[in-house]
Amino acid sequence: MKKSKIIMIVGALLLTSLFFLPMWNITLEAPQYPDPIGMDIHINKFEDANPNDIKNINIMNHYVGMKDIPEMIPEFEIFPYFAIGMTILGVLFGLIGNRKLYLVWFALMVVFGSIAMYDFYLWEYEYGHDLKETAAIKFTDEDGKPMVYQPPLIGNKMILNFKAKSWPRLGAYLMFLGMGLSVVAFYRDKKEQNE
Amino acid sequence: MNINKKILSILMALPFLFVIGSCSQGGNGGALGSSVADRVYVPPGEHDEFYAFISGGFSGQLAIHGLPSGRLFKVIPVFSVDAEKAYGFNEETKPLLNTSFGQIPWDDSHHPDLSQTNGEIDGRWCFINANNTPRIARISLSSFETEEIIELPNSAGNHSSSFVTENTEYVVAGTRFSVPIPQRDMPIDEYKGNFKGAISFISVDQETGRFDLSFQVIMPGFDYDLAHPGRGASHGWMFFSTYNSEEASTLMEVNASQNDKDFIAAINWKKAEELIASGDFETMPTEYAHNVYDESTHMATSTMKKEVRVLDASKYPGLVYLLPTPKSPHGCDVDPTGEYIIGSGKLSATLTAHSFTKMLDAIENEKFDGDAYGIPILNYDDIVGGVVQSGGLGPLHTEFDEKGNGYTTFFISSEVVKWKVGTWEVIDRQPTYYSVGHLMIPGGNSRKPFGKYVLAMNKITKDRYLPTGPELCQSAQLYDISGEKMELLIDFPTIGEPHYAAGAPADLIKPNQTKIYKLEENNHPYAAKSESETRVERDGKEVHIYMTTIRSHFAPDNIEGIKVGDKVYFHVTNLEQDYDVPHGVSIIGANTSELLIMPGQTETFVWEPKKEGVWPFYCTDFCSALHQEMQGYVRVSARNSNVPLKWTLDGE
Repeated sequence: MKKSKIIMIVGALLLTSLFFLPMWNITLEAPQYPDPIGMDIHINKFEDANPNDIKNINIMNHYVGMKDIPEMIPEFEIFPYFAIGMTILGVLFGLIGNRKLYLVWFALMVVFGSIAMYDFYLWEYEYGHDLKETAAIKFTDEDGKPMVYQPPLIGNKMILNFKAKSWPRLGAYLMFLGMGLSVVAFYRDKKEQNE
Repeated sequence: MNINKKILSILMALPFLFVIGSCSQGGNGGALGSSVADRVYVPPGEHDEFYAFISGGFSGQLAIHGLPSGRLFKVIPVFSVDAEKAYGFNEETKPLLNTSFGQIPWDDSHHPDLSQTNGEIDGRWCFINANNTPRIARISLSSFETEEIIELPNSAGNHSSSFVTENTEYVVAGTRFSVPIPQRDMPIDEYKGNFKGAISFISVDQETGRFDLSFQVIMPGFDYDLAHPGRGASHGWMFFSTYNSEEASTLMEVNASQNDKDFIAAINWKKAEELIASGDFETMPTEYAHNVYDESTHMATSTMKKEVRVLDASKYPGLVYLLPTPKSPHGCDVDPTGEYIIGSGKLSATLTAHSFTKMLDAIENEKFDGDAYGIPILNYDDIVGGVVQSGGLGPLHTEFDEKGNGYTTFFISSEVVKWKVGTWEVIDRQPTYYSVGHLMIPGGNSRKPFGKYVLAMNKITKDRYLPTGPELCQSAQLYDISGEKMELLIDFPTIGEPHYAAGAPADLIKPNQTKIYKLEENNHPYAAKSESETRVERDGKEVHIYMTTIRSHFAPDNIEGIKVGDKVYFHVTNLEQDYDVPHGVSIIGANTSELLIMPGQTETFVWEPKKEGVWPFYCTDFCSALHQEMQGYVRVSARNSNVPLKWTLDGE
């Protein structure tokens, strides 16, 4: 089998790591939490970074009226199908061995990935903005508007006394690597044709 | 331009050099200056190097300090009730203080000792004795809570306790007072020959730590003062200092101080084990309480035991030998190699080091100098390995470093003396302030001492601290012993009487800490493990409230339908699963202490409302920003009222 095909198939199979490894992580740091509290986001669930972290995030957040982090969101039902579908598609494209299909796969991943990130942003927005009317503590920002508690999409951000950190985790990195490999496979195939 | 900059920076650096230079000169100045302060200074947020487990003496408790700072972290309630922690007040811990004499709210805790494996401290448990009503307690070094207390029948003034054998096979506890065994009504002046001393061997389950009073050795009617196990070659033997070999019962300070020599009693407990295993013992009817706290139910239970296995020392040749030792020896300490047994002649100036090798040789060749009630007495000259001519007065207690030195306290001359094991020469002496009792080197009574510090514990402080009326604190003093000379670093006040201590490197204990109790492992019969399980149940005049706490509310927090004359049980489960988030609770007029409930734990207090009205309760531990809002009401109606039982949280 041509090396380019193998690279494409390996790249597609890397997507399956999303079923074992977290994609994303949000961690909250504050002086009185010497062990920061955090949440890993998997393709199908939220998970405590350390035992009871989500419970403790909810306890903390309820004072400003934030809702509990849900156990289940619709995305967790849909995303796994996309991941399986794209894996199968990628492997199939690899077997067919048409390098243009590699780029198609890459493009589809970029599109779906962007949609997923946008969806993630919307969820964060909702989570940070939709506050209970009965909140015990109501802070306002510099302009006198109600304070919002939306975590950063990616990067670090100070939210009151907490430093919120939002970064990809190994599952996402392996997915990025897989996407990269599809591009590598494309050029490799081109080179192989020329030889 | 560049050259100018360079010159400028050199010039700017010069003043710093001067400052640094003068600082180090000041440090070398010697006196009790900043250099000593630095050695005990633990910067904010950093941890001490050692844990010190310092008994509270007549407080009945065990204090946890850090060394070298001396900071106090926790007072673990052991033998006395503690309203702050609800110990002995809540329904869960009351059984721990049960005895064959009923519930006892106080005792006198003396000698903590740590569990060992292969003669080295292992960081599993701390044991401590109750002097007055003889008991031994086991404290978990994961939860830092008292987990077990066993009463000792036939014992009285449980003083030569609690000392742990090399692999924690036994915690050994000797009686101070000899008494009639079994207890009976008899004239006191018939003491001699009739009173006996019981030495208890409590086996320890290596997994759970659970006690079993395995057997007692019944000894002649002396007073048994302190003890230590053999180690290394002498493992399998236990050594007890004795006084009152005169067997006096009155004006003891004179009548028990007449003999030039008393004894160190050497008990061959391996031999005792064989006798027990072969069934060669007597079973004596008696009564004692065995109390166990179960971490899964968060509850203690008390069981009355009805008999004990005894071995009469007079009847079993080879079980016990008596080693003559001057004079009313107090400390009975074994060096890390196990070869020397040091008797501190409380009423003399000398320390006597018996040689274990010589002792075995004398026993083998039956070089006896008479007997006491059939127990062979060895010849002093045959067994003595060396004598420390201390130059001090009233030697009490010796511990050891890993470099072959012994450190002994002298009560009468208020000092610590460092001497060399083997050459018996005195190397250094330093004063204490004042009247030092025991001392402690972390691991200093094991095969592996950590000889960086010695902690001396003083009975009297007089002018050492800000005065606080007639009753003054007692104190502990820390010396650096890493060099040839001992150096006093710091002294700090302690709780009660800092009678005795054990110490361990922090790294041995820190990794095993319990941070929370897992809710899913909470098997308390009255636990409510979520707010949906909260409820109030009436059973005649008894009302059981299944309540929960979480930041920052109780569930339920409005309760109606309670009547005057009811007995109301508040079973409160702390639903928190975060480190260091306890909640507390009490209600107006409760005739008991607050509860202080750790995350995942359930505790219970009883309230018997006496008046109609609406009575508030609140969280007593500052838990959160909304702590002050963490409160609720109970409506109490007349006995004959028809107000239905009702409980709510936020109207739900």
